[in-house]
Amino acid sequence: MLQHIFALIVKEFLALLKDKRSRFVIIGPPIVQLVVFGYAATYDLNRVPFAIYDEDNTVLSQRLTERFSGSTTFELVGRIDHDAGIAPMIDGKRALMVLHIGPRFSDRLASGDSAPVQVIVDGRNSNTALLALNYVRDVLLAFTADWAAEQQRPPPPAKLEMRAWFNGNLVSQWFIVPGIIGLLTLVVSLLVTALSVAREREEGTFDQLLVTPLRPVEILIGKSVPGLIIGLLESTLIVLLTVYWFEVPLRGHIGALYLGLFLFLLANIGIGLMISSMAVTQQQGLLGAFLFLVPAVILSGFATPIANMPELVQQLTLINPMRYFLVIVRGVFLEDAGMDLLADQYWPMAVIALCSLAAAGWLFRRRMY
Amino acid sequence: MNAAQRSRRRLTGMVRKESLQILRDPSSIAIAFVLPIVMLLLFGYGVSLDARDVRIGFVIESPDGDSAELRAAFDESEYFEALVFHAIQPAEQALRHHDIDGIVWLRSDFSHRLHAGLGATVGVIVNGVDANQARITEGYILGAWQTWLNHYAERRGLPEPFPIALEQRVWFNPAVRSRDFLVPGLVAVIMTLIGALLTALVVAREWERGTMEALLVTPIHIRELLLGKLIPYFVLGMGGMLLTVAMARWQFDVPLRGSFAVLLAASALFMLVALAMGLLISIVARNQFVAGQVAIIVTFLPAFILSGFIFDIHSMPWAIQQITWLIPARYFVSILQTVFLAGNVWSVILPNAAALALMGALLLALVRRKAGKRLE
Amino acid sequence: MSDTSSPAIRVRGVTRRFGGARPVQALDALTLDVQRGKVTGLIGPDGAGKTTLMRIAAGLLLPDSGEIRVLDTDMRENPLAAQSRLGYMPQRFGLYEDLTVQENLDLYADLQGVEPARRAGRYRELMHMTGLAPFTARLAGHLSGGMKQKLGLACTLVSSPQLLLLDEPTVGVDPVSRRELWAIVYRLVREQHMSVLLSTAYLDEAERCDDVILLHEGRLLGQQAPGAFSAPMRGRVWQVSADLGKRRLQQRLDLNPLVLDALTEGRHARVVSCDARTPPEKLVEGLPGARIQAVQPRFEDAFIARLQQQRPTPPAATFTAPRTGSKRDGAVIEVHELSRRFGDFVAVNRVSFEVRRGEIFGLLGANGAGKSTTFRMLCGLLPVSSGTVRVAGVDLRRAAARARGRIGYMAQRFSLYGNLSVRENLNFFASAYGLSGAIRRERIAAAMDDFELGPFEHSAALTLPLGYKQRLALAAALMHRPDILFLDEPTSGVDPLARREFWWHINALAEAGVTVLVTTHFMDEANYCDRLVIMADGEVLAEDSPENLRARFRQPGEEEASMEDAFIALIEQHQREKAA
Repeated sequence: MLQHIFALIVKEFLALLKDKRSRFVIIGPPIVQLVVFGYAATYDLNRVPFAIYDEDNTVLSQRLTERFSGSTTFELVGRIDHDAGIAPMIDGKRALMVLHIGPRFSDRLASGDSAPVQVIVDGRNSNTALLALNYVRDVLLAFTADWAAEQQRPPPPAKLEMRAWFNGNLVSQWFIVPGIIGLLTLVVSLLVTALSVAREREEGTFDQLLVTPLRPVEILIGKSVPGLIIGLLESTLIVLLTVYWFEVPLRGHIGALYLGLFLFLLANIGIGLMISSMAVTQQQGLLGAFLFLVPAVILSGFATPIANMPELVQQLTLINPMRYFLVIVRGVFLEDAGMDLLADQYWPMAVIALCSLAAAGWLFRRRMY
Repeated sequence: MNAAQRSRRRLTGMVRKESLQILRDPSSIAIAFVLPIVMLLLFGYGVSLDARDVRIGFVIESPDGDSAELRAAFDESEYFEALVFHAIQPAEQALRHHDIDGIVWLRSDFSHRLHAGLGATVGVIVNGVDANQARITEGYILGAWQTWLNHYAERRGLPEPFPIALEQRVWFNPAVRSRDFLVPGLVAVIMTLIGALLTALVVAREWERGTMEALLVTPIHIRELLLGKLIPYFVLGMGGMLLTVAMARWQFDVPLRGSFAVLLAASALFMLVALAMGLLISIVARNQFVAGQVAIIVTFLPAFILSGFIFDIHSMPWAIQQITWLIPARYFVSILQTVFLAGNVWSVILPNAAALALMGALLLALVRRKAGKRLE
Repeated sequence: MSDTSSPAIRVRGVTRRFGGARPVQALDALTLDVQRGKVTGLIGPDGAGKTTLMRIAAGLLLPDSGEIRVLDTDMRENPLAAQSRLGYMPQRFGLYEDLTVQENLDLYADLQGVEPARRAGRYRELMHMTGLAPFTARLAGHLSGGMKQKLGLACTLVSSPQLLLLDEPTVGVDPVSRRELWAIVYRLVREQHMSVLLSTAYLDEAERCDDVILLHEGRLLGQQAPGAFSAPMRGRVWQVSADLGKRRLQQRLDLNPLVLDALTEGRHARVVSCDARTPPEKLVEGLPGARIQAVQPRFEDAFIARLQQQRPTPPAATFTAPRTGSKRDGAVIEVHELSRRFGDFVAVNRVSFEVRRGEIFGLLGANGAGKSTTFRMLCGLLPVSSGTVRVAGVDLRRAAARARGRIGYMAQRFSLYGNLSVRENLNFFASAYGLSGAIRRERIAAAMDDFELGPFEHSAALTLPLGYKQRLALAAALMHRPDILFLDEPTSGVDPLARREFWWHINALAEAGVTVLVTTHFMDEANYCDRLVIMADGEVLAEDSPENLRARFRQPGEEEASMEDAFIALIEQHQREKAA
């Protein structure tokens, strides 16, 4: 039994590593994902182009303008001197935002009236718009506080003291990069397994296997272990890059992470082998993997929170193993979460792994014609 | 028959054959119809960046009128769902367990310091793991707090706490719905899927099954062969576009402020670019497996990530921003978001359309050069 | 129109190389003409350059150097001018499997610019000629191999080309369909004065050509009428019989250094001597009750004589006898009332037969006759719908894994791991069959030796020459010394030299007591079987020895019919009965 499985594993590794295409599947996606997501996928704003429409034109209004142009978040790209100038700026995407300081801004401020400042934001990308508005509000609050202190006006009766736990500076990379560990593990383990049975079927070697004294369960294990090992190695590599290259803090216990990784891989391998057992050609296997991957990634909380989804869709995410793993990986990295805290994430993955592997084994026998 | 008639007949023959094949092949159907609908539903319903029902834990160490007032300001906002704690430890525990997303902490001396003019401090803790959501949550909390403070000052005749009144206008999407910007961008992704991925697979399949060999020996001209492939997939891709636009308009209530004709013209231009990429990939790869992988990596993923469809190009590092100039989807997404939400803004549409036209011309020329009637 | 006296294809000094890791000289300064209004056969072993020449003639490839003119058009300059007047059928027929018969025809009619007004008549003519008329609405993918081949031909003929290029049109097609294809080709030549260039791996088809081009390693070995090839063989070809089993006879002849080639044919053996001076008595020296008589040489004899000189003969492999199983000399494979249905379609209909120990048993039939389905059920790869199958006393589909350790299996297509090396493949299959340690090392070393795989030990299996792939597949199937060997079309696509070598091994195994079940398309290979069944439409038409079958269907004046004639006669008889 052990000898059989060992021979199968050796064969599986040789077949995988000697094939140019499979090598590409193992090496290509991780690099692409790491570069693309590590750098391009960010929600942090910097150098937001904005234009100023200053009708007040006083020292105070200029100081306010400087507050914006001096920050790294904003970049002054133009000045406007009449209302009609706003629309072309925004419409033509030359500026994401126009800061409009009304006439008599400093007078009204000095006299204690409310001094209006208008911000016009391009809402075509609603998330960017929302974030830009938040930054604007922060700048204005700081400006007001400084000004009040200068004028020796009493501070507001209450102040807000904001802190963010786990990610004090709210860097999106800290959120996205640990997520890549999950994304990559999913893609690699799924592609390696989803094509494995289909390839053998296409090349006729599966029949050759089935007439040997190997038992289906041995073939199942022989096909799973390489995916498991490759998945573990690749995710370890990304974990190292996350810590040493992207400098995301690893606060929790590595054991909690690897327990999660192990269960996650098993679940993926089960699903991959299920797809593979149903596919007749590699083409179909690839398409099946793709049809599973796209929703699995989108509905995992990788880029957008599950909590924002409608109730029904949230229920659907319960069968997505990546959803649980992302909580684990981010929990371990940033929140120092221990196994006790993550227990609710471990067991659903174990259940998914068990069901999918069993189904794959069953389909294996079913498709033996 | 004269030469022109024969040429037309060859072309119609190719187009008919290609159309029949699309209708009979399950994987074409999956890519052309199932995947777009799945993506539309996922993005229309599943993906939302708008934080709603943010679960806030109110820690009120000594309940009184002031704390109740502050809570009321939060309750008024549609963004929050408030839970009350009476000590900080259980609230922190809840934050750790992801039962709440943030804490607003009123210490026991809050009222006292507020009234005595000592400056009361309201502590706010958010879970910063998801930086984007954390920032949005902070913004919501700040807004609610400002409302409360303004009320408070007004009622007591105190000077305005925030003398600068920020009047914010979000043009094109006043309700700041993320769906309104995601769904138009999907048109680009879906058309890439049909134009590049499907076309690459289909042509590669002809090579694999040896039918290309038989085609090449017939008197067909290479331009007829290419046109015969282009036309049916062009129609299919435009169909995908119409489906997406219809669903955006009527299912997801995304406004279409620009003219439909402009949208159609820009889509046609982009479709040519996508098809040219698909043809080029399949001519070079000649193998479905390789063609599929290459198409996903050089067309589909960039259309998804580097086009400004989800992630704002402005925020990317400089080097990656430069790469985006090479991504056709970037220009098309820009046109789409403008035509849907802003209207016919020529200063956006014309330069982007020109870039697409240039890319299309270059790619088609390259396809024509690479495709020959020889096997090598 | 072009000058009818010029050749249809004119090749002058054409050279073509293919690059890559291992550069191949596909054609080497080839010069020849293909005459108009004749059927010219292009013949040669694997890798001779047949397909490359076809593709250059069709304008699909450019020669590295040399001149190629087709129908008086320079194919390097203006291939389109010739392409409208030639028809080309590539190896896999160039059909769209997801289009119907009619849609395929329409497509090629459009591409070839056939006038709409002329189409109906042309279609009717073609459908009548190919017998596809009842199937015009069927998807091409659902046709049998022979029907696909005929549809492929119809598509290339839709515009009445002057020149027809057919690249191995008869590969994987049963004898009945092959015979029909030849009838069509000759009708075209006769009625429309078409010129035909046809490549083939079947040497018996060479005899049907007017002119034969013999290629080897990209060079021309000869071009003349098939009879002219075989004429010099006169006096070297003999029919031998002796008081020995046919396998023994073959073995003894193979070991005789004066014998160039020996081939079992019914009760006799066909022998080619190394040269014409050898007295016939020398050939049969020491054979009990030997009788020898001269026979007419065939093209195949000439082919072997020309090529065998350039290739070493297979060594006398010393395959160790398999372990002894049960001593019972009864049936090893029992098939009783076996049926298999796919939906409404009955692929195998109540088939029964028995295979005895140490027998070579053949399963013959046209495409779609149900022999592959039967074969897969026997191996346990496909569940049976009804009836019973017993292999060594058990049903392999339900049997414990251990029972599968007694059988060896070799699939139709090469089905070992292509990117694993020869040694890695053998290692894996040895382990899969539970061999380990010294035994495994020993067996692998023996296999490397017996099958001469040594030089390729570390080459990826996929890069091996076809003949070696086949040796490797057989070596892997024999690693565990099985009692029973299943071979599914083991020699399809393999050239005659490699086929002879393969059968040498199989004969040795049978002599050692291994039971062999084999399916095949090659009728001459049926001669090696002790007994065989012929199937059609999922039913067994005959179960007998090849000698008896040949005797049964002999024509008046003949001693016995050829295996192919017997097969076709049986199929035709079956069709008549079905029609009645």
